[in-house]
Amino acid sequence: MAGDPDLRMTESLATACEAGGADLLELGIPFSDPIADGPEIQEAGQRALRAGTRPRDVIGLAARIRQETEIPLVLMTYMNPVLAMGLPTFAERAASAGVDGVVVPDLSLEASPEIREPLDAHGVDMIQLVAPSTPPTRAAAIADASRGFLYVVARYGTTGARSSLPEDLRGRIAALHRVSSLPLGVGFGVTTGAHVRAVAAAGADGVVVGSSIVRRAAERRDPEDLRKFVAELATGLAVERTTSSISSSKR
Amino acid sequence: MVDAYIVRKRGYFGQFGGQYVPETLMPALHELEAAYEEAKEDPAFLEELESYYRHYGGRPTPLYLARRLTDHIGGAQIYLKREDLCHGGAHKFNNVMGQALLARRMGKKRVIAETGAGQHGVATAMVGAVLGLPVEVYMGAADMQRQSLNVFRMRLLGATVHRVEQGSRTLKDAINEALRDWVTNVENTYYLLGSVVGPHPYPTIVRDFQSVIGREIREQSLERNGRLPDLLVACVGGGSNAMGTFAPFLDDERVELLGVEAGGRGMSPGEHSASLTGGRPGVLHGARSYVLQDDDGQVLETHSISAGLDYPGVGPQLSALKDIKRASFVAVTDKQALEGFHALATYEGILPALEPAHAVFVAMQKAREMKRDEVVVVTVSGRGDKDMATVADSMGVKV
Repeated sequence: MAGDPDLRMTESLATACEAGGADLLELGIPFSDPIADGPEIQEAGQRALRAGTRPRDVIGLAARIRQETEIPLVLMTYMNPVLAMGLPTFAERAASAGVDGVVVPDLSLEASPEIREPLDAHGVDMIQLVAPSTPPTRAAAIADASRGFLYVVARYGTTGARSSLPEDLRGRIAALHRVSSLPLGVGFGVTTGAHVRAVAAAGADGVVVGSSIVRRAAERRDPEDLRKFVAELATGLAVERTTSSISSSKR
Repeated sequence: MVDAYIVRKRGYFGQFGGQYVPETLMPALHELEAAYEEAKEDPAFLEELESYYRHYGGRPTPLYLARRLTDHIGGAQIYLKREDLCHGGAHKFNNVMGQALLARRMGKKRVIAETGAGQHGVATAMVGAVLGLPVEVYMGAADMQRQSLNVFRMRLLGATVHRVEQGSRTLKDAINEALRDWVTNVENTYYLLGSVVGPHPYPTIVRDFQSVIGREIREQSLERNGRLPDLLVACVGGGSNAMGTFAPFLDDERVELLGVEAGGRGMSPGEHSASLTGGRPGVLHGARSYVLQDDDGQVLETHSISAGLDYPGVGPQLSALKDIKRASFVAVTDKQALEGFHALATYEGILPALEPAHAVFVAMQKAREMKRDEVVVVTVSGRGDKDMATVADSMGVKV
């Protein structure tokens, strides 16, 4: 979460994630009412907002990170901060900062054209989410609309640490591979290194770990500690099974 | 028909409405829409709802000519639509009864709801009991403290109340948490939303169930006066009693529609809850509507003396009616609402809830400028028992 506790620390933590073996960075733009997020990311967002973090500052942070590395950068936020900035302005600023993709968890497929069109025009990927409840034909339509990769929501519920993975994940991933040639990034509740390896083994092209990294970063506020934590999460992943194929191809 | 009146294919009223929710909920919204479309054409469903309205809820509610208030003002005749006499003491009943029957029809085993002041929570608990459906209610920790009596009522009626400690710990956070519960348990759970807000189809469903208010006003006006009223006035928080009052009159261009928002302590940010008067278009809780927000799109905290109006968003259809100027909206302060409250108590022997007291104040103002043969109808959406402590406090009285 960008701005928790402040943007300078977020920059160091982001660098540490890459050093630890992350192949893609997702930067959260805090929003006051994050309905898709569990307690870890909600609280991080509240802290970032209290620290005065603004959406344009987070895009500025992305631009600074882009100066230092070629790692794919994805912004994650909700619809209202994007609308408040203005869709064309948001797309233009994200593109000029070198952002590769955007995830908006409260943007349905039906509502997505209004934001995808300006992002397409600036070459920024609008990454759509597909859920466990999504019927197959709808999943195919979502995959068609998605750019960069398809974000597979692993479970019912919000983001947040969980003790186990859902049992039907392998079958869902296989079914999604059949309807889409996009890489699949799987997240929501992926908490431990064992989860990461299990999700990769289930056929995911990328594994998204959010809440447990946000929580660790908030507890320790120590880039070196976070580098080791990410390295543990990534242990045992073959390079081709990680997110390196995702989203970076066009640059 | 003007665009804003009808739900377009994707659930928009003009530029407002839509479905801005996590994908996990989209199939559930499709299922809800299909179930509702079917139910509203089913005579057996409508008959059962009508039967509950009449025999359990006390409908139709009276349309009462407030003679002494009218004489005191000396202008147009003021009629009161007495939703305060509905079972549970508020118009909330009309919506919860309909949705609970829909939940049962859909085979849902569990009902969740959000509540601010507790009125919608109590109403949901009430219909949960009468239909034998388990009810869980999300309520902000700050609201639980302010409205402890309603927490007790919900528990007496068999509901489980979940304390919400997130964010500002009020209604908007309770809705966030209810949505998170729904995302997690969507397969067996019915989310019974309490106002004309949220993603499509909720604004339509809630409006339709609340439209019984306006339909009765229409029939009762024609019966009593042989004509329609000149002006309808209703308070607006999320907007369900206003939308229910206005909906059956949208095509009657000569009937003026006026919504009254909570101006709180004044129009600076955080001091009021007047989303239509002081907000700008945004997305909150699954729909595009007028939202009270800062320059970055962060949703603002709100204030109103009446907890039921204390909400930073508003229904998408009301947002559209504002834009096409079919309805107009004003904000009145806490103090003015209290004036409306005391006027109704003094001249009519009615203690209204503080929410409709806002509308009463504006109805008095407008009636004063109108002719004696003109008719104003104000919807008294609930009774004031819940607000006695607040009113006493405002007078410096200890009860």
